Amino acid sequence: MIGFGKSSWVTLAIMAILLVLPMVFYWNGNTFYLSLATRLTILAIAAVSLNLVLGYGGLISFGHAAYIGFGAYAVGIPTYHVFYGGAEGIATTNGLFQFGVAVGISALFALITGAISLRTKGVYFIMITMAFAQMAYYMFLSIEEYGGDDGLVIEVRSKLPLVDLDNPMELFVLSYVSLVVAMLMVRTIIHSRFGMVLQGAKGNNERMVTLGYNSYLYRLVAFTISGAMCGFAGALMGNFSSFISPEMMAWSRSGELMFMVILGGTATTLGPVLGSAVFIVVEEFMSSYTVYWHLPFGLMLIGIVLFVRGGLMGLLVGKGR
Amino acid sequence: MDYGLLFIQTLNGLQLGLLLFLVASGLTLVFGILDFVNLAHGSLYMLGAFICASLTYLTGNFLIAVVLALPATGALGYLLERFLVRSLYTRDHLDHVLATFGLILVLDTLTHLIWGPAGIAIPLPDWLDGQVEVLSGVVVPTFRLLIIAVGLATAAGLFWLVNYTRLGMLIRAGASNRTMVAALGIDIQTLFALVFALGAMLAGLAGMLVAPITEASIGMGNNIIITAFVVIIVGGIGSMKGAFVGALLIGLIDTLGRSFIDDLFKLFVESNTAETAGPAVSGMLIYILMAAILAVRPQGLFPPKVR
Repeated sequence: MIGFGKSSWVTLAIMAILLVLPMVFYWNGNTFYLSLATRLTILAIAAVSLNLVLGYGGLISFGHAAYIGFGAYAVGIPTYHVFYGGAEGIATTNGLFQFGVAVGISALFALITGAISLRTKGVYFIMITMAFAQMAYYMFLSIEEYGGDDGLVIEVRSKLPLVDLDNPMELFVLSYVSLVVAMLMVRTIIHSRFGMVLQGAKGNNERMVTLGYNSYLYRLVAFTISGAMCGFAGALMGNFSSFISPEMMAWSRSGELMFMVILGGTATTLGPVLGSAVFIVVEEFMSSYTVYWHLPFGLMLIGIVLFVRGGLMGLLVGKGR
Repeated sequence: MDYGLLFIQTLNGLQLGLLLFLVASGLTLVFGILDFVNLAHGSLYMLGAFICASLTYLTGNFLIAVVLALPATGALGYLLERFLVRSLYTRDHLDHVLATFGLILVLDTLTHLIWGPAGIAIPLPDWLDGQVEVLSGVVVPTFRLLIIAVGLATAAGLFWLVNYTRLGMLIRAGASNRTMVAALGIDIQTLFALVFALGAMLAGLAGMLVAPITEASIGMGNNIIITAFVVIIVGGIGSMKGAFVGALLIGLIDTLGRSFIDDLFKLFVESNTAETAGPAVSGMLIYILMAAILAVRPQGLFPPKVR
């Protein structure tokens, strides 16, 4: 399974393009593509984390945008207090603290909401994860101190050892390395015994339960890991955009993340990355062309659901993955 | 506590609950019978409002516009079912969610193309535009009373339709075993299309009723659809009774929560904290309620008996 098949070569090739192409543009004085690639890479981390539960676990989480919001606010709120006083306990620009909080809060939220949501299945699970994300959205919407629906400007980026996030190239490299680590983590997880149980429960939960596995607990752990990873992506996103608003957590954002995973191909290592890349590039291209770009974009979504089974990975490497 | 305010807010909650019921009942019908998750249901609510707005300006009368817009929204629902939704029945719920997510983008943009980016206000006839004194010193806008009356009448009509007519019998039969219904010689495709059109009309009606208050605007459906989903999750997906009870519960709790939670908090904590925490908690109230209900009953309050 870990041998070098066709899909592994495709994965390496595309990951290499994703690394080199933006750098070439950047060194030729075109900074736009580096910024596009950074956004794409960060969203790809979120999509990879979603793929762990959605693709391998069969758990259709419709609320992953909430974790991006938690991660970004974990950068924004401590920085806000550094500049405007109050809450001395958390006021800091220390990146290690901020990223730690981003991962911790996201894991906690995933653990609590997962514990409730995983008691349900099917369409209930989809709707409940969406509703919980919406709850977080409304919470940030109503906190006036952090800007409410106007959002919050992050005055300075996280201070990290070794990398300077104010340098766009270093931010991109950090995001890229994080993406590779995230992909390797998910790959390791799914090839472990834990991952086998998770995938087994997707295929036939009753059989796994009969075999003596507490699949609820396995799923809850996977859901928590996925939330934590997505929260990390959120902290990067906060640093990238230097701005957060509850809109980043809206349910349509969760839908976009889901679509990235499906577009690229669920339960594949590269799929979510490919999906986010195509999604962001097409979105960028279409929106620069017309204000009505949602129309062709929506039609493309419908068309892909109707006619492209297995996503782009299915098209690239064929069915017998 | 101000009992006049309490009374008015209870009426407002009832009104919100009944509007939610109109949206949620279509959602729950479509899910219960067609086993189809329709995220774009909110777009039908929006389209109902826009069609009604145009017809109001065309005919000069809001009520005539509603009467004409209802079949128009139903026809739109029928066409959607015929050309898109039908080919998705054999797919899983994930595909439903994604395709209807795409459909939302398409319908929102089409609305933008046809009606422009700005919202459209709908003028009411004079006799609906005033206020009525329901109790001494308590005045309520006439139109809000009409919404409540129409909501209750529609709910009653729907219960009659589902429980006492041949179509309702087929709907209930289709919900519990659609293969059997098809085997008994019922044209299940037409039945499904009718159910979808009925759901579209109900959502459209809610949009038409709310538009004179808030105006018809793009994206108006995307806010109510999530609350409608919370309603059917709380009530039990596929259950009409659940949609009704859930809608009223959510409508009342949301409205009363927003207006009284500050006062309630002030009983326990100092007023500064209450004023900060109040809005945050009141926005989350219905989700907390949903979590609490699901923790006890994962299938909602009234889970459908068979699937």
